[in-house]
Amino acid sequence: MARVFIPAQWRDLSGGTADVQLEGATVAQIIDALDARFPGMAARARDEDGIAAGLAVSIDDVITSRGLRAKVAADSEVHFLPAIGGG
Amino acid sequence: MSSTTEGTKYKVIGTRPVRHDGADKVTGRAVYGADLRLSGMVRGRILRSPHAHARIKSIDTSAAEQLPGVLAVATRNDLPNLKDKIANLGEGAVNLAHLSANVLAHDKALYKGHAVAAVAAINNHVAEEALALIKVDYEPLPAVMDLTEAMRDGAPLLHDDVHTNSMGKKSEKPSNISTHIHFETGDVDDAFAKADVIVEREFRTASVHQGYIEPHVATALWNADGHLTVWCATQGSFTARQQTSELLQIPVSRVTVVPCEIGGGFGGKIAVYLEPVAAILSRKCGRPVQLVMNRDEVFEGTGPTPGSATRVKLGATNDGKLVAGEAWLAYDAGAFPGGMIGPGCMCVFSCYEFPNARVDGYDVLVNKPKTQAYRAPGATQAAFACETVIDELAERLGVDPIEFRLNNAAKEGTRRVDGPVYPRVGLVETLEAARNSEHWKTPLEGPHRGRGIASGYWFNIGLKSSAAANVNPDGTVSLIEGSTDIGGTRASIAMQLAETLGIRAEDVKPRVADTDGVGYTDVTGGSRVTFATGMAAHEVGLDIQRQMTERAAALWECDVESVEVEGNTYKANGNSITFAELAGKLGQTGGPVVGRAAVDPQGSSHGFGTHLVDVEVDPDTAKVTILRYTAIQDVGTAIHPAYVEGQMQGGAVQGIGWALNEEYFFDDQGHMQNASYLDYRMPTSLDVPMIDTIIVEVPNPAHPFGVRGVGETPIIAPPAAIANAIHGATGVRMHELPMSPPRLWAQMNKNGS
Repeated sequence: MARVFIPAQWRDLSGGTADVQLEGATVAQIIDALDARFPGMAARARDEDGIAAGLAVSIDDVITSRGLRAKVAADSEVHFLPAIGGG
Repeated sequence: MSSTTEGTKYKVIGTRPVRHDGADKVTGRAVYGADLRLSGMVRGRILRSPHAHARIKSIDTSAAEQLPGVLAVATRNDLPNLKDKIANLGEGAVNLAHLSANVLAHDKALYKGHAVAAVAAINNHVAEEALALIKVDYEPLPAVMDLTEAMRDGAPLLHDDVHTNSMGKKSEKPSNISTHIHFETGDVDDAFAKADVIVEREFRTASVHQGYIEPHVATALWNADGHLTVWCATQGSFTARQQTSELLQIPVSRVTVVPCEIGGGFGGKIAVYLEPVAAILSRKCGRPVQLVMNRDEVFEGTGPTPGSATRVKLGATNDGKLVAGEAWLAYDAGAFPGGMIGPGCMCVFSCYEFPNARVDGYDVLVNKPKTQAYRAPGATQAAFACETVIDELAERLGVDPIEFRLNNAAKEGTRRVDGPVYPRVGLVETLEAARNSEHWKTPLEGPHRGRGIASGYWFNIGLKSSAAANVNPDGTVSLIEGSTDIGGTRASIAMQLAETLGIRAEDVKPRVADTDGVGYTDVTGGSRVTFATGMAAHEVGLDIQRQMTERAAALWECDVESVEVEGNTYKANGNSITFAELAGKLGQTGGPVVGRAAVDPQGSSHGFGTHLVDVEVDPDTAKVTILRYTAIQDVGTAIHPAYVEGQMQGGAVQGIGWALNEEYFFDDQGHMQNASYLDYRMPTSLDVPMIDTIIVEVPNPAHPFGVRGVGETPIIAPPAAIANAIHGATGVRMHELPMSPPRLWAQMNKNGS
């Protein structure tokens, strides 16, 4: 199962839990699993267009551009981070 | 200067060929946006708000429209209503309603210099005259310029519809705090309780501009067939195309963006300002319209990078190990949300291993121009705070500052406070290079002198790039790519194609194409071009090599599998032919060979740098003179070492300006008082010595040649390094940028030094 890190600002929904092991082969499935475990998280993680605006998803230290379709391996680490740009 | 790739396994990579666009640049023949002349072209000018905050009750353009020579007038009424539509622009999302209201103010002017209306006329003089005839009925509102003031309850609100977004959780009440970010790992309070030494300091930094030499410029032709062509100075032609089409609500296929040569951007030429306005004016008058900003418009109407207020608290044990960190950062966003607070929070502790850390960050609306990226956006402000406290902590512990950094440096396996774990990175190597440098080993002698060191970190992003190349009969290759060339990337991309094909860099002819001439390519930014577009060029080379192998097999009537490639030579069954010879036979073996590639590399990387600086402080005037400066950086692999050094030197000089002199001065009405290069004090060649560079190469495993991005990291360390050097020279710890003579003098005399 993937190790999913819960952002500090979402831990009000997780009762303080900082990371969980979840089943899911894609980011979409991970978010569904998160929401099933901690209702309300999906609303923070995604919007009608995919990953919520201003958020990025890191899988094994790689910021993915594939959004909800990004693949997650069984031993992956998944983080939800602020989106960054560059100059 | 040194480079470690030179003379190793590559034939082209690591060499220093003359840049492909060099002759045009040094002879003045390169075509920049303002050089463009089209048949029937007219000029446009922008009317800007004289108020930092005002409601726009009405705009009467009738007198301006009747002035002879005026061809069109544009206002907010010409922009489609885009209320709260979010668009992904490749490098982050943008609220199109805000972008539209920044291009031409809607219901409120939110900063002095905010564009309110535009005129197209037969020349600039008539256009200026027409601007004076436009009657705007303003209702002035209280302005808030200071970000801590803007955060208080009861502060004047810039937007009634902006609520604090806390990673997807929105506040009930509208607020000037548009974003709150919070990271936390470990048990911070317990770790501080157990720390032997704790240092906590507060910092402020001023708004600074990217300071590109070329002002913003855009020329638009809305053709009679409905097709819009825009020539502009942009860091991303496809992003400019998307923004223009979204703002005007026309299909992207009806917009062509032609990127002109660009005189610097540094992050400030990604968002559009003039392009949609020129397009509207052209649509109205049926002629090409060119808009060029004056320098004061650039300062007052385009994005500076955020001013900041930060607080950093670090705890360590007596054996020199960091055990806890806490940071509070507030960055001003300017007039619209979407500042640089995210990367600021992610970078503040990114150079060190912190088992326990807490970071809070706030993106704060103030009545200044919308802030934009500036080389490693958000990282410099954060590093100024963290690296100054690190230095003081090392001093308190009696530990050498390099040894203290090495003892706590981030390395492979380090988990950042925001969560991800580093792969192989090169911070330790830059610190070791600093320790082994002639600069560090040479004693600094003389009164009022000090030496400082600081490190910095920035992400490298990947994103999308496309490229194609045609093999010419003489063995040269014409390369078409979509990355606008700001820092010599034609050369660095062409060299990667040349290396792949085993030919000379000079035999690749790179050209930056418009949005109809090449596949989608994201912006020149995020230190991504040599990495991602270079990767595309490498894949183009592999595609060409595969086809050339087939042609060799056809020539020799043998199996493709029997053809081997060694450098630029194809061999099979005792036959041998060079790439150039084979290129001359394409007509006999199947016709043209065209290689192509489109990449979307998912592997971002990590850029670390360490800077050393010696300063002398005049005890009477507090003027700081840079005596010696060395920039050290892990660049993965230096494709063209001279341009890598140039990036490191340029970033360092911009950081020196940020450290010592550059700042926006506002009066009590929120009016910028120094909107010219005479008064906005950037460093000149007389202000800085030669910037020495040490290139460290820890290859990036996610790139075929090991490239890491280079362009942004070198701006991060200078302010902290200089602050630490000033401390060595004067005994004063500076906590505010710029460390200009009046500010430093006050601190020196306050402390009695």
